[in-house]
Amino acid sequence: MIFKGSAWRFGDDIDTDAIIPARYLNTSDPGELKKHCMEDADPQFPTKVKPGDIIVAGKNFGCGSSREHAPISIKAVGVSCVIASSFARIFFRNSFNMGLPIFESDEASRAIGQGDLVEVDASTGLIRDLTTGGEFTARPIPAFMQELIADGGLIEHIRKRGSI
Amino acid sequence: MGMNIAEKILAAHTKTPEFRPGDIIKVSVDVALANDITAPIAIQAFGSSGLTRLPDPDRVVFVLDHFTPNKDIASANQCKLVRDFARQQGISRFFDGGEAGVEHALLPEKGLVVPGDLVIGADSHTCTYGALGAFATGVGSTDLAAAMMTGQAWMKVPQTMKFVFDGELRPWVGGKDLILYLIGKIGVDGALYRVMEMEGPGIDALEVSDRLSMSNMAIEAGAKAGIMAPDEKTEAYVKPRATRPYTLYASDPDAVYESTTIFDCADIEPQVAFPHLPENSRGISEVGEVAIDQVVIGSCTNGRIEDLRVASRIMKGNRVAKGLRCLILPATPLVFRQAVSEGLIGVFLDAGAIVGPPTCGPCLGGHMGILAKGEKGLATTNRNFVGRMGDTGSEVYLSGPAVAAASAVTGRISAPQEVLP
Ligand code: SF4
Repeated sequence: MIFKGSAWRFGDDIDTDAIIPARYLNTSDPGELKKHCMEDADPQFPTKVKPGDIIVAGKNFGCGSSREHAPISIKAVGVSCVIASSFARIFFRNSFNMGLPIFESDEASRAIGQGDLVEVDASTGLIRDLTTGGEFTARPIPAFMQELIADGGLIEHIRKRGSI
Repeated sequence: MGMNIAEKILAAHTKTPEFRPGDIIKVSVDVALANDITAPIAIQAFGSSGLTRLPDPDRVVFVLDHFTPNKDIASANQCKLVRDFARQQGISRFFDGGEAGVEHALLPEKGLVVPGDLVIGADSHTCTYGALGAFATGVGSTDLAAAMMTGQAWMKVPQTMKFVFDGELRPWVGGKDLILYLIGKIGVDGALYRVMEMEGPGIDALEVSDRLSMSNMAIEAGAKAGIMAPDEKTEAYVKPRATRPYTLYASDPDAVYESTTIFDCADIEPQVAFPHLPENSRGISEVGEVAIDQVVIGSCTNGRIEDLRVASRIMKGNRVAKGLRCLILPATPLVFRQAVSEGLIGVFLDAGAIVGPPTCGPCLGGHMGILAKGEKGLATTNRNFVGRMGDTGSEVYLSGPAVAAASAVTGRISAPQEVLP
């Protein structure tokens, strides 16, 4: 699977309150949540982001609460994948469980600029910055998590295989 | 090779106990917890799975604590969805209305989590129960739905970092101060994906409530769990409450740790975390002049009876500073009742504080005490991210109950000794 889109750059320690503020958690409707995705980090983001665009962030992306509203809102707003130098652990597992592709690469996170056109090959982990010509490799995704993505998330995985 | 507590608990809950750090294993789950924000998504996921009955409703605990008493129509609808599901599935551990309290204060109090348990909760502060010698970690709603359906979860076996608190605690220093100090040293991702095991004379000296507030904040260093070995105090706490048999685990002398860090409690004075990350902690003597608009004492971190006792010692006979709002939210109905019978609520009301019902409320900027643009709040909660307690132009400082109570009296962030020399 290939993802291609413009990069939206964010800094370190982007927390779940910045991704989707708690004041909107009285609903879990993706159509509502996407209106506020990342708004406390960049108020322009929810209206300006285009389908397929890619979030590029620093370390510890998604720290804070366990809310799945965070990856739901990112998926709902049309972001194809997230690249960061590291992810907070609950956000990391939520993303795989829900089928939001995420890639860990410190190099890519440092090098990719705001608005660069980026292409990611999910099967090899190759990240290319088409604007600058830079190439980076993401950390390989463990076999079990690849299964989860291939099955379409954890619930589908259990449906297909009868257990985790 | 020796094993540490986390590894022993994982081994007791998996069919593949020969694991190594980094392996992905499947574990059985003793308790699966969710709240009014995370349960609705888990229930939807359960509904989409094709299953109609929960195989084991007794494993599931739901607590309606975040936007309750319902703050608006949308949150009322979310709560109703959970309430209907709980009734229909026969979930007896469902806490609503006057039985609800802040989940991570409620579950230990009711003996629903016990030492040796493997607990997952669709709430990041599920790590609180590590203080009882359980392996407890926060997950998302989909993980929770999977555990409700199968009784299992997937787990990446973590490495463990050991933290030793040596020496004697200084006056007015509690668990919250130790953990803020630790996070200040290692940073908000200092224990990412790791287990933190905390021990030493500093921990031994703490009561269980203070230990719970330390494990509560392990996630603020990115950790998967924050574990402490159970001792006599733990057993004295657990024994009268436990709803199930429990197992007390201790780490082997030759257990393997990724790192060991030793802190000297002599270096640790009451701490304050500055906006906008828990890692921005400083000793109270380095805070300087910070005027505040609101103080909140409560939450799963510091809303227990012991915390209210500390606050009332300082506030007794004093008045809340003019122009400052001081909110006190006992974390559970039992804490509230105890605070009434011990006369603490009277002290708070006499001082001019607002006493509210057990709820998460202001901790997550939900309701009941939201900060306006430009306002500064000091809270005994666990997170001070941008906009956490209200407007994105507001600021949150974090401390333990002693500093919070003293600051409510003076109107600026203050050492407890300033009010009670
Ligand atoms: S009190 Fe705050 S941190 Fe604790 S469960 Fe409630 S919202 Fe979360």
